Amino acid sequence: MDWNDYSAPGLHDELVAPGGCARAAGHALMRHLSELDQQEIGLRQHAAELAIKSMGITFTVYHEQGGSIDRAWPLDIIPRTIERREWLRIEAGLRQRVTALNLFIDDIYHRQRILADGVMPRELIASSTSFRRECVGIDPAFGCWAHVCGTDLVRDKDGTVYVLEDNLRVPSGVSYMIENRQVVKRVFPEMFDSAAILPVDDYPSRLHDMLVALAPQRERRAEIVVLTPGIYNSAYFEHAYLARQMGCELVEGRDLAVRDDDRVYMHTVHGWTQVDVIYRRVGDEFLDPEVFRADSTLGVRGLMRAWARGHVALANAPGAGVADDKLIYTYVPDMIRYYLAEDAILPNVPSWRCFDPQQLEHVLAHLDSLVVKTIDGSGGYGMLMGPTASREERAQFAAALRRDPRSYIAQPVVTLSTVPTFAGGRLEPRHVDLRPFILSGPETYVTTGGLTRVAMRKGTLVVNSSQGGGSKDTWIVDTEA
Amino acid sequence: MLARTVENVYWLARYLERAENTARLISVNTQLLLDLPSGFAPGWLPLVNITGSRAAFDSRYTRAEEHDVVHFLIADRENPGSIVSSLDMARENARTLRDVLPAEAWEELNRFFMQLSEELPAGLNRRTRFDFLKRSILMSQTLTGMLEGTMSRNDAHTFMMLGRNLERADMTSRIIDVRSAQLLIAAEAPEHHPFDTIQWMSVLRSLSGYEMYRLGRRARVSRADVLEFVLRDEQFPRACLFCLRQIELGLHALPRSGAVRHALLTACRFLAGTALEGLGQPEVHELIDKVQLHIRAVHDSIASTYFPQQSRPATEMTVERAQGVLRSLPLFR
Repeated sequence: MDWNDYSAPGLHDELVAPGGCARAAGHALMRHLSELDQQEIGLRQHAAELAIKSMGITFTVYHEQGGSIDRAWPLDIIPRTIERREWLRIEAGLRQRVTALNLFIDDIYHRQRILADGVMPRELIASSTSFRRECVGIDPAFGCWAHVCGTDLVRDKDGTVYVLEDNLRVPSGVSYMIENRQVVKRVFPEMFDSAAILPVDDYPSRLHDMLVALAPQRERRAEIVVLTPGIYNSAYFEHAYLARQMGCELVEGRDLAVRDDDRVYMHTVHGWTQVDVIYRRVGDEFLDPEVFRADSTLGVRGLMRAWARGHVALANAPGAGVADDKLIYTYVPDMIRYYLAEDAILPNVPSWRCFDPQQLEHVLAHLDSLVVKTIDGSGGYGMLMGPTASREERAQFAAALRRDPRSYIAQPVVTLSTVPTFAGGRLEPRHVDLRPFILSGPETYVTTGGLTRVAMRKGTLVVNSSQGGGSKDTWIVDTEA
Repeated sequence: MLARTVENVYWLARYLERAENTARLISVNTQLLLDLPSGFAPGWLPLVNITGSRAAFDSRYTRAEEHDVVHFLIADRENPGSIVSSLDMARENARTLRDVLPAEAWEELNRFFMQLSEELPAGLNRRTRFDFLKRSILMSQTLTGMLEGTMSRNDAHTFMMLGRNLERADMTSRIIDVRSAQLLIAAEAPEHHPFDTIQWMSVLRSLSGYEMYRLGRRARVSRADVLEFVLRDEQFPRACLFCLRQIELGLHALPRSGAVRHALLTACRFLAGTALEGLGQPEVHELIDKVQLHIRAVHDSIASTYFPQQSRPATEMTVERAQGVLRSLPLFR
């Protein structure tokens, strides 16, 4: 591979620094790739795809005709590298952030000091669709609500790493992070001998330890289950993966029942067995038809009762989503200052709050250079990319913004950093983001790196796998070792 | 282990076993027709009856030539009992079981299904069919061996064993039925008695049981001896009674097994107590019907004791038999 052919003008490339040399974390990788020709790289990419197919690493997409179908997980074999020293700073920033978010959620469902002190306007909570009245006054163990958080990070062209959003409901992707490493180890075994790449596969046991710590009782071995919406959910592969790795049952709502004693039981061959901790991958609104959506068949009738009485632990706690509203996101640096008396280590992407009339006017005047997001949208849906949108699309969004400003925020376009990616028989720069996962319980754990998602189409910034995005293995490299 | 999980394991095992035995069924019919003088054999339609899928067949096929029936049984995705559908359903069940199966088993089943889907044309072609069926049987046996060699002896394994043996007992009885159906007419003519022995050898071969029969019986191949062997040998693992005894062993690991045990003992007693000496073709046929009803009763008691009661309805395919006996093949989608 001849690196003279590779350039990412005006972009921040994660591997190749301006001038064509490797960044510190990528020295060994770049040297190794120089020794391989394009054809050899192509063969290894092909081998990785075969491995993924035979290992059955899939994700499910909905298809109008065929119902839902399993697709092979898309992995690009060229890893994304980050220097360990930089990673330690990011890790500290994530710990700080998730600590503050958990303090915030606990505060919101108790005294609401942050509102009383005027740090955040009261109306924001009153008008939030993810605030759950039913959770007020409940005390989950360790005051912890968002036990599993997936925070999306992006790097702009000047090299700054920003937090794009926090996913506090049912974030997914961690299984692919682990499987990507398994596959890449198979195709680049020689790299793992020479470079100091930190391992990633500790996550399932960390998750298990955290869940065990949440169990309300200590007399017998904690019974932990993973609650999935079922095989048609896009992340079913991951639900099964985590249950298997942790050695616990993968249950659906219909396997569970809350009985008269307000405890949760699962229907087993040997009768009804009490459940202590539920790692639930079913959204709040489907969790309990008695309290939330009455038509839900995915949840368990009475689950909220059992949880409120402290008979079962739910991870993540219902109501944790109140903090991943994108409008609340804009206040996270303020939260960190308020609860921890610290400055945020990781900055937010600068954001305009459209409910503020002055900021709204600014947004409307600069629609052609901004990204407008609905506050509860995800997966790249429900947003306006100002610079590439048509005049009509901008006009539609302008009208929507005036009608319902509470529902939108706006941000400058972040030109995501790039990583060399195998496309059309050669390596070309493609944009990436990074989703590390943070576990909170008696202690906080951050994955080593995270899931790097990559926009496979040239020029596009959309990395979501539901929209044609791919993924990469993420190497945290110890350059001082 | 979850009730829903063990139900899925049970059906995974049944579908895998059904795919294998459907291949054996087609294989034995192919062999028998080659052995019989032309003009005497009823041909391929009996296979449709024997698999309990006459109504489904008639609604979509106008002829019952070799090609139609073989297509229906091997490659027809609309036929829930075809080899390709059985494997598809085995795979669908396995998909929900990735947390209880060894990863290699899932990978193997996946590979198995993809490979077989690609090779379907070989199954339809008369010249390549025998190899195709042989490969299908081998793939299923590989998977069964892999599961036996790697799964912990837990509830999942118990229900896998239950499903496999029940389906095997049922399908072995159907394979015998192919033989009796082909001879219902032909046997009336005494000049065909020389073919009798050759045909019973075909039945044994299609069950991979010829050598075991020779070894165990030390007798020449005769109708009564072969029936004795495939219905109630205590050592041959595809014999009906052997399969039922395996289920009985499996029940030791399960709680609340009273009803299943009762149904099982009734079935065993029936098998053990029936005289096989001197049975004519129609009597064999009737006997097999009764065996299948007993097997069905064992399934019903397993389902009502251990599976979730609000569970998805099992699709039933039923067929009115000439004798008026209702034959059913439970299917699970």
